[in-house]
Amino acid sequence: MRWVKARCPECDGEIEVYDDVINGEIVTCPECGMDFEVVIEEKGEIKLVPAEVEGEDWGE
Amino acid sequence: MTIEIGLVYDRIRWEEKQLLKAAQDREIKVKMVDSRKESVNLLSNYEEIRETFGDPVLQRCISYFRGLHLTAILESKGVRVVNSFDVSLKCGNKLFTTLTLSKAGVPVPETMAAFTMDGVFKALNDLGYPAVLKPVVGSWGRLMAILKDKETTQAIIELREKINNALLQIYYVQKWVDRPPRDIRVMVVGDEVVVASYRYSPVDDWRTNVARGGKSEVCPITPELEEVALKAAEAVGGGVLAVDCMESREKGLLVHEVNNTVEFRGLASTTNVDIAGKIIEYVAGVVKR
Repeated sequence: MRWVKARCPECDGEIEVYDDVINGEIVTCPECGMDFEVVIEEKGEIKLVPAEVEGEDWGE
Repeated sequence: MTIEIGLVYDRIRWEEKQLLKAAQDREIKVKMVDSRKESVNLLSNYEEIRETFGDPVLQRCISYFRGLHLTAILESKGVRVVNSFDVSLKCGNKLFTTLTLSKAGVPVPETMAAFTMDGVFKALNDLGYPAVLKPVVGSWGRLMAILKDKETTQAIIELREKINNALLQIYYVQKWVDRPPRDIRVMVVGDEVVVASYRYSPVDDWRTNVARGGKSEVCPITPELEEVALKAAEAVGGGVLAVDCMESREKGLLVHEVNNTVEFRGLASTTNVDIAGKIIEYVAGVVKR
């Protein structure tokens, strides 16, 4: 399995993402701790958008 | 007709990845549906709904109300959903769960409901201190409080009154259960107990939720545990469920919760059982039942 490197939109830190990542998966920036959702664009490029904030009805 | 399972989600957790992989390993087609991206015409017919969501559907939304309402739509159009609307409704609300379990003769902790500060104090006259106050809807132990005495109770209820949320004005108060510092989670898929684990609370918290850092350890499935878990699962309507029990020193096993969108990462760490595989096979089998 390979790593793909992405830049943290918040602090510009380096985030490593597996190349078998699934659309919608959450990654955390190891430098600033922000959570991002992986969006795989049409050409296969990985974009990171801020993850949805925990809602009061979240969980099992 | 080849079946296509719809895996409806709003966040890809470890569990969703395992479920997808389990389906791929079995060459079962899966349609991944991000519920956040969908809009559903309530007047559409079964074919249109199946086109988007698949049939059967494994409901995995992390947001309870999002999942519940979407399940209502899918079921009304004839799509088979695991877990069903009725099961989700009962399991998503602790008061409804306790009523359902108690009616079916499943042992539950002594619990009272109240609707005002006065009512809570009246309940505490019966239950005594300490007691546990839980939101009727909510997970991962959020807003759960130990009511240790009159003063802390008053402060907690005052704070809840200030939160602009009608459901938080329903007070579900449970007698403190004298037990080891752990609870037991039993995973039930259909009529089978798949695995059980002890969940220990982390050092700095009294709650055992894995989402709060609780640790899982292997728990033997005794005949008593199996019987209680299956009875609890059947009482709420069955499906893919996690039955949470406490070991009361006084009364034996008590079921305090049945979870309907099970997070099984903690459980999986204690077993070689392919939990995701069991779930996928169960969902695929739903169409034959």
